[in-house]
Amino acid sequence: MGQNVRVSTGLSPTLRDSLSVSITVGAYGVAFGAAAVANGFSVLQACLLSLLTFSGASQFAVVGVIGAGGSSISAIATASLLGTRNALYGVIMAPRLHVKGFKRVVAAQITIDESTGVALGQEQRGSDAVKKGFWYTGFGVFIFWNLFTLAGALGAQAMGDVRSFGLDSAVPAAFLGLVWPRLTSQGERLLAITCAVFAVAVTPILPAGLPIIATAFIAIAVGLRR
Amino acid sequence: MTTFWIATLGTSAIAFALKYSGHSVPERWLSHPKIQRINALIPIALLSALVSVQTFTDKTSLVIDQRIVGLAVAITALLLKAPFPIVVLSAAISSALVYNWL
Repeated sequence: MGQNVRVSTGLSPTLRDSLSVSITVGAYGVAFGAAAVANGFSVLQACLLSLLTFSGASQFAVVGVIGAGGSSISAIATASLLGTRNALYGVIMAPRLHVKGFKRVVAAQITIDESTGVALGQEQRGSDAVKKGFWYTGFGVFIFWNLFTLAGALGAQAMGDVRSFGLDSAVPAAFLGLVWPRLTSQGERLLAITCAVFAVAVTPILPAGLPIIATAFIAIAVGLRR
Repeated sequence: MTTFWIATLGTSAIAFALKYSGHSVPERWLSHPKIQRINALIPIALLSALVSVQTFTDKTSLVIDQRIVGLAVAITALLLKAPFPIVVLSAAISSALVYNWL
């Protein structure tokens, strides 16, 4: 008693980190698959978004903007602005991975919040663990995210009226869950509330989809001033 | 091509281009502090706008319906530090209850 008993799983600490993140994050794919179908996307389109776009916030944004009646252009623009952080993750990961050609294409596709986060979390374990953390988590999330997307899309398709299953509220709740951890300062909370109020206030006067992307300019203005 | 296909494929193409460009440009290009700061603020703005638009609007009109209950429950769950799946599930269940029985 009182000893720190550890059950040996036979897995390296890096692989354990990667697997736990992959399974929990991948499970959110159910919410995405269901949200996509609830907003009029086909099961195939939902699955293609998870395979090809493979970036949670961007994918939710596409179905959210289209679901709100926005044009494909405003949906793509909103999703792409959310995807710019993956470019910065690429900048961070490139010198740590040293990959070229096809391997760089694969690395780019799995460059997301989680793979970058787990990789950087391995720095004390050495540069080899950083690489492994990135590849294990990237592939792990990719596999689970896509499987769960299919499950969610098929589930929503079987439902009929998605409102009677609360899917119309699952989507904004998912957005809220994505933004919540980012609100670490008073200024960020103020920005969030300002943008939320602004987007609703201009909805009756702007074409659908534009109220959302217009808030990016508020963020840029705030970022330039500070 | 329908709106849905254009959105699906267009988003995918740009998403990959952004990821690949990050792996291919010199680090100093994107390391300016203002760019880093704006990059952190843009998701906050867009995601917050998506929360409110998805809750309080229907096409171009403002509406109050069962979704406000879902949002209130989601906020409560987050304040109680519930994990993401619980946040989404509790919002969906509460909204469904209001929609079906009120």
